[in-house]
Amino acid sequence: MKPRALHLCLAALAFLTLAAIFGPYCSPYSVDQISQTRLASPDATHWLGTDLHGRDLLTRLLFGARISLLVGLVGATISLFVGVTYGLISGYLGGRTDNAMMRFVDILYALPRIVLVIVLISLFDLKLKHLLDGTFLAPLASHARLLLLFVGLGLVEWLTLARIVRAQVLSIKERAFVLSARLIGQNTPTILFRQILPQVLPIVLTYLTLALPAVILEESFLSFLGLGVQAPLASWGTLLADGAALLNPIRTPWWLIVFPSLLLAFTLLLLNFLGDQLRKLQK
Amino acid sequence: MISFLFRRILSSIPVALAVIAICFLLVRLAPGSPFSSERALDPATQAMLETKYGLSGSLPTQLFRYASNLLHGDLGDSLKFRGRTVNEIIGQSLPRSLLLGSIAFTLALALGIPLGAWSAARQGKPSGAILNGLALLTLSIPTFILAPVTVLLFSFYIRLCPPAGWGSPSQLVLPALCLSLPFVGVCARLTRSGLLEVLGADFIRTARAKGVTEPNLIFLHALRSAILPLVAYAGPLAASILTGSLLIEETFAIPGIGQFFVSGVINRDVFLVSGVVLVYCLLLLFFNLIADWLTALLDPRISLSS
Repeated sequence: MKPRALHLCLAALAFLTLAAIFGPYCSPYSVDQISQTRLASPDATHWLGTDLHGRDLLTRLLFGARISLLVGLVGATISLFVGVTYGLISGYLGGRTDNAMMRFVDILYALPRIVLVIVLISLFDLKLKHLLDGTFLAPLASHARLLLLFVGLGLVEWLTLARIVRAQVLSIKERAFVLSARLIGQNTPTILFRQILPQVLPIVLTYLTLALPAVILEESFLSFLGLGVQAPLASWGTLLADGAALLNPIRTPWWLIVFPSLLLAFTLLLLNFLGDQLRKLQK
Repeated sequence: MISFLFRRILSSIPVALAVIAICFLLVRLAPGSPFSSERALDPATQAMLETKYGLSGSLPTQLFRYASNLLHGDLGDSLKFRGRTVNEIIGQSLPRSLLLGSIAFTLALALGIPLGAWSAARQGKPSGAILNGLALLTLSIPTFILAPVTVLLFSFYIRLCPPAGWGSPSQLVLPALCLSLPFVGVCARLTRSGLLEVLGADFIRTARAKGVTEPNLIFLHALRSAILPLVAYAGPLAASILTGSLLIEETFAIPGIGQFFVSGVINRDVFLVSGVVLVYCLLLLFFNLIADWLTALLDPRISLSS
């Protein structure tokens, strides 16, 4: 019964990804196409209704899925690289270096992440724009802020992983195969990445399924506060914020709150469930 | 015990200082001035304001000035809310956040631990899988989804609670519920995994063999050691419930510390941001200390002296 649940979960995630990639092309509306039918409730022409400016919600949700999923993937990958490298080095070198490196992680833990991300974005936004302008990457320049958001979220999400990897390395480095690698004269980077890394990889990959929903959540959180993805782009967080802003006791367009909420919660549930099942398989 | 407390407090001081220094420098380095929100000020006015608030000179000088004020218990003046000191703002808003946070924290533990224990007791049966799924579900719904959805449901469709504001107990119900629900799932899952590990231990088999009933077995015998991972996690949890209230306060218009933090970050209100971060950091260190102490209390094998 269990593998079936896992397969269903993977299928749903694949469907979501495909819908995010191809969905916006299939829609008769474009993302920022304004129309006169404002705040229309769901019907045959607009399946999930329209927003304050008459834009089709389904199209915007599918487009937002691109950004939200991409942020999750890129952010989680970056956190993976930083966290694994940091944890490997800290655990393997040990002693004073290890102490100093872990103390640094403690300090970053105590700093609110939102401050870090915001400062990172506002510090480098213009610089990155100038840097990209004039190179072949010029089309990306207008999205400098988004790129920084990707990187920033990855850079604040690596702390837990660094701790996990370090704890693993502490026990692995005492084992015989590491000693023999050192005896035959392999240098430290080789030992770290060829000998020890494969041993921690299963745990790292499981952690990836935890980091993915965490980064998606963080992006939505920032965007909900108006600090992440900026208009005219849309992510699930900004769509939800748009809906929440229209919350009023007289006539609330419920579809603008319910559908983004459902989609986001469903995705997070799928990813958390996937991580759960993978951890169970490991045991 | 005393020496443990003393050592921990002593080792926390450099962490708190480093956090404050990094935070101060980051906000000062960020582009945009706290004094000019729309149009640029002329340089003379800008310089005068900077001198008035102690933000003139090089960054290290500013930091040093701020740190020496901190040692006198002075958190500085807010740059955005003119005429109010950060001490005043925090003094007014922190109790509200603490009240909301402690209700949510209690709720998270009171609902999460039984839910986790129950789903561990029903392990392998469909009801156990359903309970575990429930925990996973609450964990997957972030607060910023819960907040608008519950307002829509319980304030506008069924008029049970007021949608926003601060002052009466009925206004606390929705925010406390929204704040605690994701953590209910976390607590439940930690309790469950802890219990499942302990339930296979020898002393449980002994207890079962001498005829201890199943509820007593779980709640009296197993839970004490099964709850250790949860206790270790409860420190950061308590701190993150208090920081997590940031969004809840925004949505429910509660004049707590989180609201001031967001506006401080946006307006580059350096003293306000640093002050709030200092409070968060101290809370985190404090709760971690409590968690370590409780762990040693529950598990006699752990000693505080090593």
